[in-house]
Amino acid sequence: MFDALTDRLQGVMQSLKGHGKLTAEDVDAAMREIRLALLEADVNFKVVREFVAHVKERALGAEVMESLTPAQQVVKIVNEQLVELMGSSDSRLAFSGHPPTVILLAGLQGSGKTTTCAKLAKLLKKDGKSPVLIAADVYRPAAIDQLQTLGAQINVPVYAVGADVDPVDIARDGVKYAREHGDVAIVDTAGRLHIDEELMGELVRIRDAVKPHNVLLVVDAMTGQDAVNAADEFRKHVDLDGVVLTKLDGDARGGAALSVRAVTGKPIKFVSTGEKLDDFDVFHPDRMASRILGMGDVLSLIEKAGEAIDEKQAAEMEAKLRRAEFTFEDFLDQLKQVRKMGSLSSILGMLPGVPGMKELKNVQVDDGQIDRIEAMIFSMTAQERRHPDVIDGSRRRRIAGGSGTSIQDVNQLLKQYREMQKMLKAFSSGRMKGFHLPGMSG
Amino acid sequence: MEWHEVFKGVAVGDVPAAVFEEEERERRGLFGRLRRNLGKARAVVADQLKAALYVGVDRRLYEQVEELLIAADVGVDGTIKVVDELERRCTAKKIESREPFMHELADVIAGVLRPEDPETQRIDVTARPTVILMVGVNGTGKTTTIGKIAWRLKEMGKTPLVVAGDTFRAAAVEQLDVWAKRVDCEIVKQAKGGDPAAVVYDGVAAARSRGADVVLIDTAGRLHTQVNLMRELEKVRRVIEKQLPGAPHETLLVIDATTGQNGLRQAQEFKQAVDVSGVVLTKLDGTAKGGIVVAIHETLGIPIKLIGIGEQLEDLRPFEPDVFARAIFGSDDESA
Repeated sequence: MFDALTDRLQGVMQSLKGHGKLTAEDVDAAMREIRLALLEADVNFKVVREFVAHVKERALGAEVMESLTPAQQVVKIVNEQLVELMGSSDSRLAFSGHPPTVILLAGLQGSGKTTTCAKLAKLLKKDGKSPVLIAADVYRPAAIDQLQTLGAQINVPVYAVGADVDPVDIARDGVKYAREHGDVAIVDTAGRLHIDEELMGELVRIRDAVKPHNVLLVVDAMTGQDAVNAADEFRKHVDLDGVVLTKLDGDARGGAALSVRAVTGKPIKFVSTGEKLDDFDVFHPDRMASRILGMGDVLSLIEKAGEAIDEKQAAEMEAKLRRAEFTFEDFLDQLKQVRKMGSLSSILGMLPGVPGMKELKNVQVDDGQIDRIEAMIFSMTAQERRHPDVIDGSRRRRIAGGSGTSIQDVNQLLKQYREMQKMLKAFSSGRMKGFHLPGMSG
Repeated sequence: MEWHEVFKGVAVGDVPAAVFEEEERERRGLFGRLRRNLGKARAVVADQLKAALYVGVDRRLYEQVEELLIAADVGVDGTIKVVDELERRCTAKKIESREPFMHELADVIAGVLRPEDPETQRIDVTARPTVILMVGVNGTGKTTTIGKIAWRLKEMGKTPLVVAGDTFRAAAVEQLDVWAKRVDCEIVKQAKGGDPAAVVYDGVAAARSRGADVVLIDTAGRLHTQVNLMRELEKVRRVIEKQLPGAPHETLLVIDATTGQNGLRQAQEFKQAVDVSGVVLTKLDGTAKGGIVVAIHETLGIPIKLIGIGEQLEDLRPFEPDVFARAIFGSDDESA
């Protein structure tokens, strides 16, 4: 998501690496690139100015000049400064000792509040909470229907009393309802402009009525320079506790994250990374900074894998891999595990080096491909899955017909399977030592 | 430009007199409204600019203009281009004071936003039925824009029909349904989760059999990076093309004015997938200035056709480069 920024910074650092030591001109050139990269990444120009000033001050300091590896020191400084700007620790929600804990979501139109309500509820549910959704957006046509539909999908009660009721009353009564039906009340509010005094006043009244333990501002990751204005007004009116950054699955560089953090002084708590209601994560500022610098978000990936992969299965799989006995049944298991981790594209984005790799720029990850592969394997008999060698021409035709794919697709899959087998044999016989992920060195 | 002029194919004889009166009223209040609605944050930056400006035009002034443009999301490249051109013109014209300088700035920006052929800014509704496909990323205001265009068309004596092609987002169909009732036009819909291409096929068929003039097709918001969803959109377009040669006659990309530099990527990807013919810039009633359209028009040549300046039905307006540039970046001259 921060690919281009990473590119720019890596470009700068590369040129710094060329020299032995940094001169004042080198630093100036690097700062100019960093400044432009941040502006292109939609970081607010005032925030950029401060950021660059801080980095420059530290870069010109003795710690760099005396260092044997000045370029690495600059990377380190930029990284540290980014981490500092984005908040330096994990951020949790405040939970009340007297339930329900009230969470109020606010933001501009179209930032994704309603979807975020449902995603947050799902996450809380996974953590053993009993969330209740409260439909207080009475303005956008069908916003209440939307929340009800989402609530039904994740099996969470929704307090909805229609669009003819004052949202302040809805919120207040909704929290009472939540006390009886759960332990966390999530209040969905209408999108509003930060300069709409009337609606901002209403938001203040909602807040006063429900006394939320957490007020979260929902911000679209694609927002440009104006993110600071909106965030600042919301902060002034309802005193935010944190931010949810949405639509991070796009290719926006997400500079709004830095801006909003700088102007509100409040942490980004969650990020929304996809269309599915599971595509919602806790925000890790340190990891994100590493990621901006192209070091990859390995920790997030490991955490996801830990959630999704059954350890016993993983051990069995490893043994099989060693014996190079990888069948289509194992393949199917693997696909299932990968699916539990989220979409392929979001996983790719977390791999070290991948966001910065030029040759991967145009690689499109098609999650539909997995659907097709799954369909093909489902169309195989148990024998075919275990012994793919028996799959002859007529079997291929049957598999293609049964899975709604073409014979070429089936051939392709079999070819990939054979190549994988070959590679596994090479692995287990120890002929491929020193295998490493691209992009890790250099 | 007035609404009845936006729609190519609306016979002046068909437009009720009340519409002309309404347009006249809107026009008179337009610049003020634009200024009020567009200029809220502009006030902050431009006033700073004004206060800081000495009589003369110097390096510092250009730097302040750069900041003004960056703050408006024009982007680094666009800003450099605009400032270079401004400097060239000011030197040539020997402009040395603030008022003509600001005027020149607005003029340079309007120049970038003005298409070579002004006809391309219009929306051609001569075909019967005319098919208008609405696309964009999530949350930009596609459904709302459809509702407002349908209302305008109805005012002009045309018969719109809306198609609920967003079968993904929960309650998107219901949202369009509310608009259809409000505008009093027909809607073609299927249950949620259906195939959008199928709904769209039905929609175009229905428009032909029921004699609707303009078919407005809503689609699910999708990030331009989601390959499968973009393919789905390509398929929707192919289905329309197959069913009605020459259609869709208009493919409008809806861009939220708060969008930063990613707006250009959005425009590139949607253009490549479904050949976008125009941009609708929404949510200009906040403090965001929508400067990304400068980059979109300059880089991709897609004309900006409509702007959204508020929540009311009449707040969707024809885009006029000069009025827009002056309201956001220009001098205080309010004569429209």
